[in-house]
Amino acid sequence: MSGVVTLKINGIDVGAQENETILDVARENDIFIPTLCYLEGLSRIGACRLCLVEVKGISKLLPACATTVAEGMEVFTDTDRLRKYRRLIVEMLFTEGNHVCSVCVANGHCELQTLAQQHEIDYVSLPYLYPQRTVDASHERFVFDHNRCVLCTRCVRVCDEVEGAHTWDIRGRGIESGVITDLNQPWGTSVTCTSCGKCVQACPTGALFMKGKSVGEMVHSPSFLTFLAQMREAKK
Amino acid sequence: MTKKRLATVWLDGCSGCHMSFLDIDERLLLLADKLDLVYSPLVDQKTFPDKVDITLVEGAVSSEEDLHKIQHIRAHTRILVAFGDCAVTGNVPSLRNSVGAESVLRRAYMEPDLINPQFPTDVIPALLPVVRPVHAVVKVDVHIPGCPPSADTIFSVVSDLLSGKSPEVMTSTHFGA
Amino acid sequence: MTTKLPQSQLPEEEILRVAEQEQEEKSQYQRHIYVCMGAACLAAGSATVKDSLSEVVDQNGFAGRCAVHGGGCRGLCAEGPTVTIEPDDVLYGKITPQDAPDIIKNLGKKRPLERLHRPTDRPFFLRQQRIVLELAGKVNSERIEDYIASGGYKSLLKAVHEMSPVEVINEITRSGLRGRGGAGYSTGLKWRTVAKADGHPKYVICNGDEGDPGAFMDRSVMDDYPFRLLEGITIAAYAVGAEQGYVYIRAEYPLSVRRVQNAIRQAQRLNLLGNQIAGTAFNFDVQVRVGAGAFVCGEETALIASIEGKRGQPRPRPPYPATAGLWGKPTLINNVETFANIPAIIRNGADWFASIGTEKSKGTKVFALTGNINHSGLIEVPMGITLREIIYDIGGGIPNGKRFKAAQTGGPSGGCIPEEHLDISMDYESLAGIGSIMGSGGLIVMDEDSCMVNVAKYFMEFCMTESCGKCIPCRVGTAQIYRILDNTTRGTATLSDLEQLEMLCDMVRHTSLCGLGQAAPNPVLSTLRFFRDEYLMHIVEKRCPAGVCHLHPEPALYNDTKESVR
Ligand SMILES: Cc1cc2nc3c(=O)[nH]c(=O)nc-3n(C[C@H](O)[C@H](O)[C@H](O)COP(=O)(O)O)c2cc1C
Ligand code: SF4
Ligand code: SF4
Ligand code: FES
Repeated sequence: MSGVVTLKINGIDVGAQENETILDVARENDIFIPTLCYLEGLSRIGACRLCLVEVKGISKLLPACATTVAEGMEVFTDTDRLRKYRRLIVEMLFTEGNHVCSVCVANGHCELQTLAQQHEIDYVSLPYLYPQRTVDASHERFVFDHNRCVLCTRCVRVCDEVEGAHTWDIRGRGIESGVITDLNQPWGTSVTCTSCGKCVQACPTGALFMKGKSVGEMVHSPSFLTFLAQMREAKK
Repeated sequence: MTKKRLATVWLDGCSGCHMSFLDIDERLLLLADKLDLVYSPLVDQKTFPDKVDITLVEGAVSSEEDLHKIQHIRAHTRILVAFGDCAVTGNVPSLRNSVGAESVLRRAYMEPDLINPQFPTDVIPALLPVVRPVHAVVKVDVHIPGCPPSADTIFSVVSDLLSGKSPEVMTSTHFGA
Repeated sequence: MTTKLPQSQLPEEEILRVAEQEQEEKSQYQRHIYVCMGAACLAAGSATVKDSLSEVVDQNGFAGRCAVHGGGCRGLCAEGPTVTIEPDDVLYGKITPQDAPDIIKNLGKKRPLERLHRPTDRPFFLRQQRIVLELAGKVNSERIEDYIASGGYKSLLKAVHEMSPVEVINEITRSGLRGRGGAGYSTGLKWRTVAKADGHPKYVICNGDEGDPGAFMDRSVMDDYPFRLLEGITIAAYAVGAEQGYVYIRAEYPLSVRRVQNAIRQAQRLNLLGNQIAGTAFNFDVQVRVGAGAFVCGEETALIASIEGKRGQPRPRPPYPATAGLWGKPTLINNVETFANIPAIIRNGADWFASIGTEKSKGTKVFALTGNINHSGLIEVPMGITLREIIYDIGGGIPNGKRFKAAQTGGPSGGCIPEEHLDISMDYESLAGIGSIMGSGGLIVMDEDSCMVNVAKYFMEFCMTESCGKCIPCRVGTAQIYRILDNTTRGTATLSDLEQLEMLCDMVRHTSLCGLGQAAPNPVLSTLRFFRDEYLMHIVEKRCPAGVCHLHPEPALYNDTKESVR
């Protein structure tokens, strides 16, 4: 049994269980906090920094997805400062890859695109970096387009934590890093991949998609994860 | 009320944004009351006029010609509008940036089984090494993302601009829309 | 507390006997020659110097009277290979194997050899105060007996026999010791948190990753003085109740790895590691873990992931390692220099330690003094010494009559100190007050010929390539900042780029996940604060006042170097 705490989010009093995160509580109360690396049912890595919030009395910004609530906390999710940082972070994702929404399989169903819209990004003020990236179409059912990867590692985590295959991992450092299958071999030759497709469903962008999908046709549905997580929780 | 002078230009794009503009349909008549179309692929006017109130720029900046044009246009326009994704983000024309201009030319002019394959010299303007969105080259006042932006979006933005309001763009469009 | 074992084992006496025996053996020789086996001297050829000294000793029948040992660093790293002769305390520098006969012949004479002599009564030595490095260079770095004979391991014996863990922690807390790994967190407080944390087993980790470019303080301790480090780690383990320790060393320090491993084996042999240490119920053992040399693996949570065999990436804190560290267990993680301070504090007491330094920064700090300075090398100074004293008294000033421009502390996470702050007190608070940090001890001196934009660019390139890539602000932000700095040094940046630069720095600093990203903008912000005019000269006048950058301002429109293509 865990205790109950009360806190304020954007001035509104809310109640929560003491082991919940700020993000959990905000969502329960229909308070919007943008997220990208977070996916319900996967570990919380606090990597994308889009969910950063301000907490009264703490000078650092805290990731809502990985910060547990505390009694009397006063959280602010939508300050000018946060909006400014979030906009820049989303912009940076556009500059880092090669995102051409109009010809993307995920057009209209992409979390990056949605984030841009939510943050009213009408253009990207930072210069595009135009990296040279490849497309891996060696798998018989799926394609991985590195140009559209935002390195959220949702595929890595779902494969490791839910499917248990650990086909995906990360290679390289900094701006040169990228996700790989097995020891950086073509996906189609992977001996660990079970072709379950969980990674494809978990991907927020058009980086992972099913073969045969054309522009705008790839709709990801990661909701199975919520279900799996609940089932596992119930079994414990 | 004096009519606003509107221009539209077409750099490296597919003309889809202009088509979408025409899709405004009968509402074009409403706009026509408030503006003069002084330069456009849609009218027969060879040189860009001196004083233009609003210019809608379709397409990315890909060639030396695009570059000279946009600099000239900027100098003679009060409100410059990046019109559609190619102008706003570089979009499809910028796909070549990760492979380089030369490989594009090679693919088009050398690799096909032609009788006398050669790179074009005079008629086709030289390609810039990197395709840029318009704002990377000149100052842009308004951005309308979308590929193409819908007729409704275009109508509302242009109407707002004509009546001197700052337009609400992002409620009705986004990258790739 | 600790239960004593049956008298029969007498391990403490055993250890004292080792010391006595060593002393006796040593006293058979009239002279002990210590050839520095630190990395800088080894690179300068000290191994062959040692061989030829031994050879000459044997050939000339000095074998019974004079012993040649591998020793540690005296700090004069630019003068290597160096040799120390005890008990005369004569220091020689820039020795070649050909000098060996002269050195041996001169032994016992009143005056040292003029041409090789490096007098130790110079300010370089006199202004230093050696706690961490007190025996460095004067004991054999590969023989635990020599270390014990010089007073080593007394503190551990005192701790486990005469003090309770709580008393040890209280002593360290009262001493005011703060972490030397960069952040300066109170060591006693950290120990207490680990000691109180629920969970079993507990771990102690020594952070020997030392990733700052130009820093070699920790390497020196591990190379020259591995026993001292182990003693400190073992005392810490006793205090917090840990049974297993790890020393994490970057693979680029193969010598450190060898020396620490050797030290562990020797300590195990004397029962100073292992089960029932020194005849008490205290069990503790240490292993070396070799890291692949990523800067970010010095960050504690990344380091822990690396030891666990995972990709070295930081994770959000809390939970802190003190409550959930290695394998999710309470873990104490401290820097090499922090641990090396411990035996001295236990031996001499907290009050002694607290009497050195400033109000809030106690003790000494080891710096790797490099750059445009006459005497570069490794120095240890009391906290609160001024930068001017370090540069002009100890370092002997700027070479070639050039003018001092700035000193850089804290490497890629730090900032620069300009001429107007030469009299700053070198302590945690003062340095932070002017936008720099104490850092782990890198101290780079720059003269008037250094371009500060270029310096900022260098550090930003370092952060960009060393970013782990996990969080977006650091991964992409450092690349975007680097691009602007690069354009500035090329002459293609504009004033609006400068605005963007400041905006990006602000964002990266406040939104990055770990200290690498949060501190990455520091060198830029600090140079912008003190040398903004240099940025403006690059951007507006298109010239580099120091003459370092080759600016070729093209129409600012395109920053591409490539030509148009037909
Ligand atoms: C990017 C980064 C690199 C670091 N590198 C080191 C290092 O090389 N050595 C070190 O002792 N601490 C390093 N630290 C600090 C450690 O995270 C940790 O604070 C330190 O080891 C704690 O020891 P202390 O309390 O004795 O200073 C680094 C921190 C960051 C953010
Ligand atoms: S492929 Fe998709 S899910 Fe995987 S890291 Fe890239 S964007 Fe995230
Ligand atoms: S700040 Fe940099 S090094 Fe730290 S987690 Fe983020 S990307 Fe990795
Ligand atoms: S959603 Fe919290 S950091 Fe990514």
